[in-house]
Amino acid sequence: MSAIHTNNLTKYYGKARGIIDLNLRVEKGEFFGFIGPNGAGKSTTIRTLLGLISPTSGQGTILGMDIVKDKNDILSRVGYLPSEAVFYSGLKVKEVLKLSADLRKKDCSREAEALCERLQLDGKRKVEELSFGNRKKVAIVCALQHCPELVILDEPTSGLDPLMQREFFDILRERNSRGTTVFLSSHVLSEIQHNCTRAAIIREGRIIACDSVEELSRTNAKRVTVHGNVDLKGLRGIRDLNQMNGVCSFLYSGEIKNLLQRLTEGTISDLSVAEPNLEEIFMHYYEDGGEQA
Amino acid sequence: MTLVRHELRQGWKSFAVWTATIGFFVLICVFLFPEMKSEMEGISNLFASMGAFTAAFGMDQLNFGTLTGFYAVECGNILGIGGAFFAAMTAAGILAKEEKERTAEFLLTHPVSRTRILTEKLSSVILQIVGMNVIVYGVAIGSMVLVGEEVPWKEVTLLHLAYFLLQLELAGICFGISAYLRKGSLGIGLGLAAMMYFLNLIANISDKAEFLKYITPFGYAEGSDIVSKGCLNGSMLLVGMLFMVLGIAAGYFRYCRKDIA
Repeated sequence: MSAIHTNNLTKYYGKARGIIDLNLRVEKGEFFGFIGPNGAGKSTTIRTLLGLISPTSGQGTILGMDIVKDKNDILSRVGYLPSEAVFYSGLKVKEVLKLSADLRKKDCSREAEALCERLQLDGKRKVEELSFGNRKKVAIVCALQHCPELVILDEPTSGLDPLMQREFFDILRERNSRGTTVFLSSHVLSEIQHNCTRAAIIREGRIIACDSVEELSRTNAKRVTVHGNVDLKGLRGIRDLNQMNGVCSFLYSGEIKNLLQRLTEGTISDLSVAEPNLEEIFMHYYEDGGEQA
Repeated sequence: MTLVRHELRQGWKSFAVWTATIGFFVLICVFLFPEMKSEMEGISNLFASMGAFTAAFGMDQLNFGTLTGFYAVECGNILGIGGAFFAAMTAAGILAKEEKERTAEFLLTHPVSRTRILTEKLSSVILQIVGMNVIVYGVAIGSMVLVGEEVPWKEVTLLHLAYFLLQLELAGICFGISAYLRKGSLGIGLGLAAMMYFLNLIANISDKAEFLKYITPFGYAEGSDIVSKGCLNGSMLLVGMLFMVLGIAAGYFRYCRKDIA
């Protein structure tokens, strides 16, 4: 049984595109990444899965339960971290956490306390006085305090400082190692690259690639950086060329032999050839509509 | 019950302010009565001879010189309008505020069915209306005893009952509207209450507009009719309660299918 499974899940807002024929499968225990730019349909996917909006067509299951029919059973076993955390004004942090636990009919006070301590969150503050980052922490505790089997995170790290981000991912990895499935939606690629085992890329409402992060990052292109003078004119397979102050950098996916030939003809003081980072590959997915580099 | 408690807490300030204001004015009015009674002879005649204005406020059927007549008009204006505004405003906001203040996402990603959310939110609105009416009723009776007048139990109780039902009807309709709104609930709630009030004034002035009394809940909560007939108008009340039920049903129908922004 998969943690998340969708079958041609489609959502239109009137005529506007939300997501189209989304087929996604996330296995239990996975740390799964969901990448895409703003407006690609990441949040629409999540909101449909959680029953905030109803699908136009297609089906979906979470932990084997139907997203339309078994909404409540799903929600009691899932934790959700929204991208924009808003709470009832006038309540203290502690009261928000208590309200969330009460709505789940669970006593989560011990777990909540532990999480607050790790995230350095003061329970006595009023939520509307909190900074964006601190409100995010409240949302994190709400998403995790009831120890759900699946956590769905929508751009979780925005507003968190780097130390908090690290602590947050430590918590997620601990949970994951204890069997919690993590579904991480983000446009920060390094987050996906460092934490996820598999990932799907969404673009204009459609999944354009879904594979292990390793496989997604694998490409025959190299990032080549040359210090010195070299004539690259006419060389095939060069992309993203930057030339500045005698340093030139480009992505190369052509014949290595041809490149070496040109390099020997030039005057070079330094050279590096490296794997491109996910960011560069990701840009490529977007520009070309998903052909593998 | 978690949500009922939560809603009552969230609405506590608004409830306290409205109840205190309405209670205070009812108290003041009753306290003014003994002083006005002595001057009433002349005033009653004056009020009875202002033509359409007299008719609009039902003063042609009432004797302003008695506590019942005085209270029916004064209470009608204070508790009628104040209570209607409070009920309409509270009910119109109860669902829409979640989306306006963007807390809907928090609430609806908890394992609580939408039906239960609706039921608990509706209960909280009704509880607030009941609470306000009980307190204001107590204040009214208490102040009458304090000024040493004999309490006209039947009339006062009927009047308060009518206003209570009026508020419930408006709340039911506004609850339904609330499910369709994302923002601007306050204006719509107050606007609807005010419109209903003026429809009744028009119905009072013109015989041709008599049918309006079946549309506005102020029709069956008309102080002068209640006092002179000694009962509520059953058919108007029935139509009103039907509107209320339709409003609530529309709210359930819509909200259970709504895409939450």
